[in-house]
Amino acid sequence: MSIWADKNTRVIVQGITGREGSFHAIQCREYGTQVVGGVTPGKGGTTHEGFPVFNSVREAREKAGATCSLIFVPPPFAADAIMESADAGVELIVCITEGIPVNDMLKAHDFMTKSNTLHERRGESRSRLIGPNCPGLITPGQAKIGIMPGHIHRPGPIGIVSRSGTLTYEAVGQLSKLGIGQSTAVGIGGDPLPGTNFIDCLAAFQADPQTEAMIMIGEIGGTAEEEAAAFVKANVKKPVVAFIAGQTAPPGRRMGHAGAIISGGTGTAAEKMAALEAAGIHVVKAPSDMGKKLEEVWKKR
Amino acid sequence: MKLHEYQAKEILRRYGVPTPRGIVVESPEDARSAAQQLGGRVVVKAQIHAGGRGKGGGVKLAKDPDDAVAIAKKILGMTLVTHQTGPTGQLVRKVLIEEALNIDKELYLGITLDRNLMLPVVMASAQGGMDIEEVAAKDPKAIHKEPVDTVLGVGPFQARSIANALGLTGTAYKKCVEFVHKLVHAYVETDAALLEINPLLITKEGDVLALDAKMTIDDNALFRHKEFAEMRDIHEEDPLEVEASQFGLNYIKLDGNVGAMVNGAGLAMGTMDIIKLAGGEPANFLDVGGGASAEQVKNAFRIILSDKNVKAILINIFGGIMRGDRIAEGVVSAAREVGLPVPVVVRLEGTNVELGKKILADSGLPLITADGMWDAAQKVVAAAKGQR
Repeated sequence: MSIWADKNTRVIVQGITGREGSFHAIQCREYGTQVVGGVTPGKGGTTHEGFPVFNSVREAREKAGATCSLIFVPPPFAADAIMESADAGVELIVCITEGIPVNDMLKAHDFMTKSNTLHERRGESRSRLIGPNCPGLITPGQAKIGIMPGHIHRPGPIGIVSRSGTLTYEAVGQLSKLGIGQSTAVGIGGDPLPGTNFIDCLAAFQADPQTEAMIMIGEIGGTAEEEAAAFVKANVKKPVVAFIAGQTAPPGRRMGHAGAIISGGTGTAAEKMAALEAAGIHVVKAPSDMGKKLEEVWKKR
Repeated sequence: MKLHEYQAKEILRRYGVPTPRGIVVESPEDARSAAQQLGGRVVVKAQIHAGGRGKGGGVKLAKDPDDAVAIAKKILGMTLVTHQTGPTGQLVRKVLIEEALNIDKELYLGITLDRNLMLPVVMASAQGGMDIEEVAAKDPKAIHKEPVDTVLGVGPFQARSIANALGLTGTAYKKCVEFVHKLVHAYVETDAALLEINPLLITKEGDVLALDAKMTIDDNALFRHKEFAEMRDIHEEDPLEVEASQFGLNYIKLDGNVGAMVNGAGLAMGTMDIIKLAGGEPANFLDVGGGASAEQVKNAFRIILSDKNVKAILINIFGGIMRGDRIAEGVVSAAREVGLPVPVVVRLEGTNVELGKKILADSGLPLITADGMWDAAQKVVAAAKGQR
């Protein structure tokens, strides 16, 4: 088991003929992911790097049986790409694109709420959005749907959820060096309005029989970590280790990610760490301690 | 992107939002003619991005054009220090001359994204002129909130409920309802991230106007607002940060002496944190982006080194898909070109790491290799303290 992605997930890449889309479609296929094609409007019927290209997501879903879409479309058109996938009923939509305007994401979320209601009414499955501005997700040994380096992962019992890409790799790298594998690692992204949040992932890991413990990696800005803490306290029985990036970040400055900013005295790392600790989560101060701490609490459980 | 008050008001007027009449000037002499045009009795307001201008002496009432000239002389060219500028302050290059109005009430209206609701929210409070965060902390019930629907904007019933919450009646009530609709429209159409009217002025005549306006535009939406590009005031930004952004680097200068060059924003913050835990003080946040090419590394070196406080640099690259040896080659060639006046600790992760470390070691450059983040942090902090 794992969450949301496995060897049966059939992936199409939106924006497959672009430089990034093309490169990562090949990387995902080499990892063993079932990449069944791509979408570039106007280039349907051709092939690109051995992938069949379709004109629309709907066509890709009908002809190639796509269940998942991986989006590399440039920012001005990315929200439209998300909505197209949601409309076509794609179960898992993973948006890598960074720099989508907030107003566009508001429309995309609004559209998804409505299209999911429609799909449910028709007895079809709902769509889940991961991202935007994220590295994607990986179920080691089965499917890599994103831009993360596949080779550092190995299959195992630890679920990882993170707002930061390279910090996820850091956690995975530490675990793999200790000989501890991962069930699924999900990068939920650094935007202020992510499609999937910590709680969605923690709930799924709690329900997943393969997952025995979790690492969550947060950062300054917003209150998603505080809400996750309350959720963990009430619903998560498996051990959770957490790290919050930005303990030394100054207020009022956006630290790279659109969502990473301390404003109005809220969203500080100290507040988040205190909330997580109060919920029984094992918080580490140094990012280099994530793996060690996880090993300690996982073995004790 | 932050806008000046006069720019925000110019934009708001395009959307029919009432503001006092005003003219922006850069010299005391122009202040005279502006004051004359505006009826003599005017307010002179320093135009800097930071808030708290009034308390810092940057906003003054002038009783006539001569007075306006005298005040403009004082404010133009002064370095205004407020709680938001930091101790170094901000040089005032422009003042806004505005007609003085008969104040009856000062209220608050603001619109920004509520991340929990996943919608923009209009906030209204009768306590105008106050820092809204202070109001929120002391008495959260004093702030009335209405979510902005993605399709609908705010409905008339919501605008009425805001006017009610502000305690308005008669003409002012009607004008406030209209004001709210226009303000929300402006917020949505301009892709604003923050639009704050503090204070919202109710005049003795029952008019409703934006006495002050603070506006920030969503950077990600600037591609469709070419008209805002010329409004960017780089005088308000750190020159190093401006230069870094031209190279696609995300750099923020801090006060410490340990420089850091990292790929990824989260890992860059994590690196700052671990430098501090190891007993050092980070000199900057710097995200070189996913690729970390030789060109990027070279530019990053130059920018970090132009901060003379920097005594050592930590390069922390989680190579991911990029090979460790390629990154190492990039670091070595960049270091050769730029020259290294301070010790540099390199922590590399990814494929071919061993080969990468060998390239670094064989380069003959003062590069110290490290295993893992903790080892790297300890080494760079020791190096910054001169213990090698």
